Amino acid sequence: MSLSAQVAVRRGALDLAVDLEVADGEVLAVLGPNGAGKSTLLRVLAGLLPPDGGRVVVDGAEVWDDVAAEVRVPAHARHLGMVFQDHLLFPHLSVTENVAFGLRTRGVRRADARAAAGEWLERVGIAELGDRRPGRLSGGQAQRAALARALVGDPALLLLDEPLSALDARTRLTVRAELRHHLAGYAGSTVLVTHDPVDAMALADRVVVVEDGRVVQAGTPADVSRHPRTDYVARLVGLALLPGTAAGSTVRLDGGGTVAVAEESTGPVFVAVRPESVALWLSRPDGSPRNVWPARLVSATPHGSTVRCELDGEVPVLADVTATAFAELGLAPGAAVWATVKASEVAVYAR
Amino acid sequence: MSARREGAGVPVPLMVPAALGVVFLVLPVVGLLVSTPWAQLGPRLAEPGVGEALRLSVVSATLATAVSLVLGVPLAWVLARSRLRGRSVLRALVTVPLVLPPVVGGVALFLVLGRQGLVGQWLDAAFGLTIPFTTTAVVIAETFVAMPFLVISVEGALRAADARFEDAAATLGADRWTTFRRVTLPLVAPGIAAGAVLCWARALGEFGATITFAGNFPGTTQTMPLAVYLALQRDPDAAIVLSLVLLAVSLATLLLLRDRWLGRV
Repeated sequence: MSLSAQVAVRRGALDLAVDLEVADGEVLAVLGPNGAGKSTLLRVLAGLLPPDGGRVVVDGAEVWDDVAAEVRVPAHARHLGMVFQDHLLFPHLSVTENVAFGLRTRGVRRADARAAAGEWLERVGIAELGDRRPGRLSGGQAQRAALARALVGDPALLLLDEPLSALDARTRLTVRAELRHHLAGYAGSTVLVTHDPVDAMALADRVVVVEDGRVVQAGTPADVSRHPRTDYVARLVGLALLPGTAAGSTVRLDGGGTVAVAEESTGPVFVAVRPESVALWLSRPDGSPRNVWPARLVSATPHGSTVRCELDGEVPVLADVTATAFAELGLAPGAAVWATVKASEVAVYAR
Repeated sequence: MSARREGAGVPVPLMVPAALGVVFLVLPVVGLLVSTPWAQLGPRLAEPGVGEALRLSVVSATLATAVSLVLGVPLAWVLARSRLRGRSVLRALVTVPLVLPPVVGGVALFLVLGRQGLVGQWLDAAFGLTIPFTTTAVVIAETFVAMPFLVISVEGALRAADARFEDAAATLGADRWTTFRRVTLPLVAPGIAAGAVLCWARALGEFGATITFAGNFPGTTQTMPLAVYLALQRDPDAAIVLSLVLLAVSLATLLLLRDRWLGRV
C-alpha cells in the first residue's frame, strides 16, 4: 500500500511542487514552516483539493489523481484515514458513532461497525468513553478518538495533519508516544505533516523538509539533523534525539553512554539535546555541568555566525559554537574534544 | 456588572430617544391588553368564525413552512456551499420577496397562477386546476412571502458551521449527499429550527399577498389577520380578541427563539 505522488498546486501566493514516495508501513514526515504548503499537499492527497498538475498513485496501480489524463477520484472514494489538528469529531454523534462513521458509510452493518469501533477505542485506551459526546472529551482523548476513527477501516493511506499541535505540552508527550506505537503497528503508508521537528524526529522513518512549496531536503531524521542543507533546516532540526532507558535522573543510552537529566523518569525514553546547549572544550573541564563526554569532531558546517559541529562518541550530539570560538579553539575535523551540557538543558520524553 | 456600568453612563441625547422608542413599541401592545373585554373572552373565542380562522391560519402557515423547508433548505445549501456561478445574483433574487410589498407579491402571483396567468392558464387547460381564491392559494402566498426568511436564516447557519466537518466526512467515505444528511443537517439543525419558526410566524401574520391572491372567504381563505381586519370594521371587540390570540402566538414564537436572540446580548 505504497504512495507515489507528484503534486503541483498554484493558488494565490502559494506555488507548491512536491514529489513524495512512501513505502508500505513507512512514516514520512513533511516538515516545514507555516504557509509552506504542507496542509495543501495533504488536502490534495486526501482528494479535498484538485491539484493543478501531477499524479497521485497508490499501490503502484490505483490512480487517484492524474491531471494529464483527467483522472480524479473524489475524496469519499479514496480509502484513507485522516487525522486533523483539532480532531473534527462530529459534535452531534457519540465517540463510538464517530469511530463507526467511516464503516457505516462504506456499508458495514450497524452492529458490526459499532463492535469494530469499540475494539479500536479499546486499542487507543478510551473504551469507557464511547457513549460520550466529543464536547465532553479532553484534547488528548479527542485526538485518540480521531486516530481510532481514521484507522478503523484499515485504510491504505493515513494522513496526519499536525495531529499533536493542539495539545498541551504534557498531553502531547503521552499522545506522541502512543501515536508512535500505533504507527509501528500500521501496515499502510503514513504521511505526517508537522511544523514541530520533535514530532518528525520521534515519529517518522523519513523526513521531507518543505519551504515555500519546494522540497529543500529529504532523508532520515538523523541524516537531516546532522547535515542540514539550509539555515532554516539547521535551526529547525538540530535536535539530537537519542533513545535510551531512564532510571531516575540518569538515562542509559541504547548506543552506550549515559546522560544526566534534571527530570526524573523510568523506562524507555528519548533524550533530546539542542545544539546551542552544548559547549566544547579542548581538555576535560572541571565545572558544574553534569554531562561531560569525550568526543571526536566529525564535521563542521558554518551557518550564519555559528558553526554546527557534528560530534562522534558514546553520546553523539551536535554542537553550535560561535565562529569566533571555533577559530580560537583551532578545531578541525578529527580533533578530540570534550562536550558539556547542563542536566537541566536536556529534555527527556517517554517513548 | 459591566452592563450596569455602561447603563449608568448613557448620555441624555441617546437615553431620551431610546426610552421613547421603547414606549412607542410597547404602548400599542399595552393598549391592546387594556382594551380587551376580558369578561367576554371565553364566549368570543368560542364563536365559530374564530376557531375556523385560527385553524385555517395554523394549518396554512404550517404547510407554508413545510414547503419552505423542502425547497428552502436545499436552496440555502446551494447558496452557501456550491461553487455555482452567479450565486450572488441568485441570492438577490431569492431575497426580493423580503423587500417587496406583500400586496405586490400577491398581484405577481395572480399574474402567474391566475386563471389567465402564464402558468395558471396552462394548469386550467391541462388539469382543470384553478388556484386563486383557494386554500392552496393561501399556502402559496404565505410561502412566497415567508420562505426567504428561512433561506437567509439557514444559509447563515451553514456559513457559520465549520465546513471542515464535511471534509472529515469525505475522508471517511461519505459522498456529498450522505455528508449532507448525516453531518451538515444535524450540525445546522438549530439554525433550521430557528428559520422555520421565523418562517412560520411570518406566514401566520401574512395579510397583503393572501388577500390579493387568495381573497377573503371564511372557511377557505380567511386567515386570522384577514379576520381581524374585517372584524375591526363591524365589531371592534371581536377584532381585539382575535388580535390577542395572534399576540399570544407571536409571544410563544419569541419564547421559542429566546435562546437564540434574547440570550445574545
